[in-house]
Amino acid sequence: MALSSEPLNRAGNIERKEPYIGPGETLDSINNKITDIVFTAPRDTPRGWFLGFGIAFLLLMVFLYAVTDLLIRGVGVWGINIPVAWAWDIINFVWWIGIGHAGTLISAILLLFAQDWRNSINRFAEAMTLFAVACAGLFPILHLGRPWFFYWLIPYPNTFGMWPQFRSALTWDVFAISTYALISLLFWLIGLVPDFAKMRDTTKNSMLKFIFGIASLGWRGSAKHWNRYEIAYILLAGLSTPLVVSVHSIISLDFAISVVPGWNPTIFPPYFVAGAVFAGFAMVLLLVIPIRHFYGLQNYITMKHIDNMCKIMLATGLVVVYGYIVELYIALYSGVEVELALIQNRVFGIHATSFWALIFFNGLAIQPLWFKSVRRNLPAIFIISISISIGMWLERFVIIVNSLSTDYLPSSWAPFYPTIYDVALYVGTLGLFFTLLFLFIRTLPMINIFEMQMLQHKTATGSSVVDSGVGEQAMEKLGDRH
Amino acid sequence: MVIDLNSCVGCNACVVACQSENNIPIVGKQQVSMGREMHWLRIDRYYGGDLDDPVMYRQPMACVHCEKAPCELVCPVAATVHDHEGLNVMVYNRCVGTKYCSNNCPYKVRRFNFLWYSDDVTPSYKLLRNPDVTVRSRGVMEKCTYCLQRIKDVQHQAAVEQRELEANEVVTACQQACPTNAIIFGDINNPESDVVQLKELPLNYAVLGELNVFPRTTYLAQVINPNPALRNDVGIEYSFEEHHGGHGGEESGGEGDNHSE
Repeated sequence: MALSSEPLNRAGNIERKEPYIGPGETLDSINNKITDIVFTAPRDTPRGWFLGFGIAFLLLMVFLYAVTDLLIRGVGVWGINIPVAWAWDIINFVWWIGIGHAGTLISAILLLFAQDWRNSINRFAEAMTLFAVACAGLFPILHLGRPWFFYWLIPYPNTFGMWPQFRSALTWDVFAISTYALISLLFWLIGLVPDFAKMRDTTKNSMLKFIFGIASLGWRGSAKHWNRYEIAYILLAGLSTPLVVSVHSIISLDFAISVVPGWNPTIFPPYFVAGAVFAGFAMVLLLVIPIRHFYGLQNYITMKHIDNMCKIMLATGLVVVYGYIVELYIALYSGVEVELALIQNRVFGIHATSFWALIFFNGLAIQPLWFKSVRRNLPAIFIISISISIGMWLERFVIIVNSLSTDYLPSSWAPFYPTIYDVALYVGTLGLFFTLLFLFIRTLPMINIFEMQMLQHKTATGSSVVDSGVGEQAMEKLGDRH
Repeated sequence: MVIDLNSCVGCNACVVACQSENNIPIVGKQQVSMGREMHWLRIDRYYGGDLDDPVMYRQPMACVHCEKAPCELVCPVAATVHDHEGLNVMVYNRCVGTKYCSNNCPYKVRRFNFLWYSDDVTPSYKLLRNPDVTVRSRGVMEKCTYCLQRIKDVQHQAAVEQRELEANEVVTACQQACPTNAIIFGDINNPESDVVQLKELPLNYAVLGELNVFPRTTYLAQVINPNPALRNDVGIEYSFEEHHGGHGGEESGGEGDNHSE
């Protein structure tokens, strides 16, 4: 297979180029470094962790309050109105689900392309995906007028004799998101199994040994296990790869199937996917930069990793900016009155600030990433990542709120103003996300131990006898069976 | 339905009739200021002419019951559908409140129960309501039904008397209340009904017809006298009695006002 020869060369090249693992690492040092974070006794947990977790937990309480109030009183606690019937709820939904996409891209697509630099960030990014999807998945349910009937969107045999209405993109969403959540969870869990076994073998605490023993599903590390693991992993990567494209395409169709001007440009699917990856990498960087600093993981998540992520961010960011330009251009080119009015309102209307802020945060702020010196400057990257996260939120604001507030009949035009409950729910989901994330980095190996060890072996010996990347061996095995 | 913009004087009687006929909740000042009034039927106003001396054009606007309704396409639970008579109906019990139908409605005539607007607990309010119309709960979308309960009532009556429905027999609440007979309702399949004849007039037009949603409510455009000496749509002080005639309604653009009816 074509895959088998190329990565070999690439592995050879890596030695001459900057390696994806810091100097002086051995198989044991990798194991100890990563497992130590988990095996630290509870009382020795770093104070910073408690501080971070505490803040996140407080925000989680805000989330509980916001949701309780919402369920008791109804979606009218938000600022939504007619015509702007979707606002922060759907903005946050799209924002969160977009953030998840970097995880899937790193774990699946970079695996298929045998990119070694995914190894130290994939576990972390996948966890981020899961938590982001968990936050995202709440919004379509909570934004319903009667959220207790959300299951009517799921096809199940019932006495009404009713199916969901399959022409609606919201029904497609149900499938897109549930599939995405399920595949992401499986991918993450299967990748964890060999590491669970490592944890089981490393720990001296009998309780942890028991727990990790169960979680590792009887993994003994035999050749047969590895063989099956690799096949399962590559199959899941194969399943996940189309999901990177499909999930956000379908979410873009939530808008694109409508008649609302500003919602129906045909560029939406690719533009949304690029935006998702863009936002996702920004979030990965936003999380990775402090964590590698506090836990001293500079040897695993090197500047080269960060550089690569910045490059992807720049590339996808430019696609997104292209999307903005095309939206404006096509509206002008079409000459359709409502489209022209939309552009007029987007650029100069009541919510125009959001549009210009968007151009600044997503368009201008990423331009310094062209320079290598910026891509290696952590504070600069951190600020740019924050800017992108804000920008991508604003992008959805511009698309959803601006378009709805001024559509066809001027008699119905109305602005949208958020209420404190809009803000509380959004901040609350941030709390949920970071609570889960802090628990994750404390209780599970946040970097893939065995993949890092493979990488170390490969880098140290310059050979790829042991693995040459999980991917192509499994591909060969699959090939042999035919 | 046909609405004759030459006859409409913008008196709002239809709005009130609709409100009392269809148990439409009154949401109060604060909710209205947030853009959440529940009127199924509203009178859109557009202004033309000089800023100092504007002319107002009126257009009663309710659900136009599109033949190819954009709202139906996007509802994930099939809560808004066409019935066998071609009405675009809301199934309140099925509605989960995604609100997508409202977003996708080019006429923005759908109304949503953002909060529990209908007080169905206070005993004295129970006598206030029309027993033939469902009281909608929180989280449900609603809109003009073409007074479905009146259509059914007349149909039942005809069935009891074992006869066909007569032309123009169904009278909607807004139509009944209109002092100038600007609103005309009927069966577009019955050639004898008034709507069919009105829809054949050259003045007949569909609002946003270019979207190909085929609205069943159409309008008869206002007719203006082109003689500048007789032109009565610009440059005169607007007064209720004087202002008849006017301007072709469709592109009677100008500044839109914000939902303050």
